[in-house]
Amino acid sequence: MSIFWLRVALGFYGVGLLYALVALTRTSELLNRVALHAAYLGMVFHLVSLTEGVFLADHVTFAMVHNSESLLAFLIMAVFMITYLIYQTTSPGIIVFPLVFLLTFMAATRQQPFLLMSPGLRTSWLFAHIGLIFTGYAALILSFCASVLYLIQQHSLKAKRPNGILSRLPALEDIDQIGYRALLLGFPFMTLGLIAGSVVAQSTYGRIDVQDPKILLSLLMWAVYLVMVYTRWIAGWRGRKAAVMASLAFAAAVVAWAANYFSSIHRFVSS
Amino acid sequence: MRFQLIGVNHNTAPVEVRERLAIPESRLPEACKKLTEFPGIDEGMILSTCNRVEILANTKNGSGADLRAFLRNYFQLHDADLDKHLYEYREQDAVRHVFRVASSLDSMVVGEPQILGQVKEAYATARAVGAVRAQLDQLVTRAFAVAKRVRTETAVGSSSVSIASVAVDLAKKIFGNLAGKQVFLVGAGKMSELAARHLMAHGCASIFVANRTYERAVSLAYKFKGQAIHFEDLHKTCDRADIVITSTGAPHAIFRREHGELFLSRRKNRPMFFIDIAVPRDVDPAMNKLDGIFVYDIDDLQQAVASHVADRRKEAERAEAIVTVEVERFQARIQTLDVVPTIVSLQDHLETIRQAEIDRVRGRLGPMTPDQELAVEALTRGIVNKIMHTPISALKSAAREPEATTVIDLVRRLFNLQEKRAAKSGGSGESN
Repeated sequence: MSIFWLRVALGFYGVGLLYALVALTRTSELLNRVALHAAYLGMVFHLVSLTEGVFLADHVTFAMVHNSESLLAFLIMAVFMITYLIYQTTSPGIIVFPLVFLLTFMAATRQQPFLLMSPGLRTSWLFAHIGLIFTGYAALILSFCASVLYLIQQHSLKAKRPNGILSRLPALEDIDQIGYRALLLGFPFMTLGLIAGSVVAQSTYGRIDVQDPKILLSLLMWAVYLVMVYTRWIAGWRGRKAAVMASLAFAAAVVAWAANYFSSIHRFVSS
Repeated sequence: MRFQLIGVNHNTAPVEVRERLAIPESRLPEACKKLTEFPGIDEGMILSTCNRVEILANTKNGSGADLRAFLRNYFQLHDADLDKHLYEYREQDAVRHVFRVASSLDSMVVGEPQILGQVKEAYATARAVGAVRAQLDQLVTRAFAVAKRVRTETAVGSSSVSIASVAVDLAKKIFGNLAGKQVFLVGAGKMSELAARHLMAHGCASIFVANRTYERAVSLAYKFKGQAIHFEDLHKTCDRADIVITSTGAPHAIFRREHGELFLSRRKNRPMFFIDIAVPRDVDPAMNKLDGIFVYDIDDLQQAVASHVADRRKEAERAEAIVTVEVERFQARIQTLDVVPTIVSLQDHLETIRQAEIDRVRGRLGPMTPDQELAVEALTRGIVNKIMHTPISALKSAAREPEATTVIDLVRRLFNLQEKRAAKSGGSGESN
């Protein structure tokens, strides 16, 4: 049933996806509203699906592991909605909607969930690890969206065609602020999440295997994240440079995420 | 229902004519009253602005009114040359015109927002004196809804059409909220001062002024309550400003790429907006290549204005389409409403006949048992309903057709419903 509700949510996110595609060529107030309402509804069903997943798995942490993509998608939507409430803009949706759709699609069609089986696992730490890391991911993704939007807006202002496509993007400084705030918010989450993860690893395996690709890549991602926050804070990097950094961090995050599929630690294969 | 409209606007009449027809606000209530007292007019409303004077009326059933005569009477005009400036619309065309005016599609500057407020005021005035009651009320409130729809669904009112307002729009695109932003005015000139004034009006915090002659800078700074800067210190202080407006007569660029790089590093890459009104240009175009600096020269601004105007025209077409749809919808609605009183009075009429006939024969039949009483009741009612069925369904189906009024009139004449209708509409007018 939980997968059913997720698929309903997917349907609503599909409307958002449509919005993202159409918004590239033209703006429509009506479509904007429709997309927003679809997103609300999608989130409701998504939450139902997640909650039901918790009951099915009989444990919050297990449910989180089993529905990781779904959970991440939900958190991204939540951050997007918070941004909308503060800045009254749906522009990040151009990137957020396709991404959420993709993640939800993966979650809704996947047959084999991760196997989590380790008797002595410290579940509360694992819970913290997943929750914190995912919030960090969601913030990072929003920041990435913002830097792409910044580039688009800067380009259209430089090209002196401010009335053209995407003329309803928020102001340059607002986009900048969205990205920066998301970054600042996400960094502590990411850091604490990694610490929690290392505690879990320590207690489960007795040591931390630095050779493991997942850990290596996670550290790399964290380092890129750190550099990004630093350059932004000290030198005020914006625009192209910031976008390059954000893309790097995003790529690192994607790779670190993908490492789930070949890391021995994150496989959680039943022993 | 017969809507009728007569008027002049900026297209049909020069200002000399319009000012002769203008009705000052203080005399508007009395003029509205006079309008409703004019023969053939049931409800009326007058819109008088600097660009148009229009008389809108709902005329009494069928007849139509001589609004030109009303104008001549009211203004004591006798010459016929007024006629060539007047436009007159009836029915659907009048509805369309009212919708277009309220949506600012008939304005001199298409999309300007004031007209809706003016229509609302005219409506409030006419309503206060009871000149707008039933159907005109529906028409005008519908016009407000249409105007709102046009405003939200098209961008007809969104873009600005002067250089100063384009500059403000661009600044908003870059900085979002202009509150607290600093403006630097380099050189003097009408256009740059106007731009500065616009920016200040939109919340910019303070202003620096630099000029080749320091005294000039001081007097200008005094005018804007800003701070005068020596021209030699220009490049040292300029990074404090978010928006720089230049209009000096310098033969070469004052701001070059290396200046821009310097500003950016001092500002930690916060964006900067250069508005270059000077010819030859004060800002090196290469500056625009820097990340975070946006340079617009006079041509760019003018082009933005031109494209805004073109955009408006395009959006106006979409708005016209909305108006067309709305006119049809309104027409259909008002016609449905129009058959309802006829149906009611038809039912009343036949019911009266039925009751009268029962009373008439009751004396001859003598006392009846309750069963017989019921049977007579059912019998007569059944006959009346069967007879009424066809005319009522004909009325209902005619409601959606243009010839609705003909069918209504026909039914009224056949059943002799004339007086009742007048009484009815008077009654509903009072209750409104």
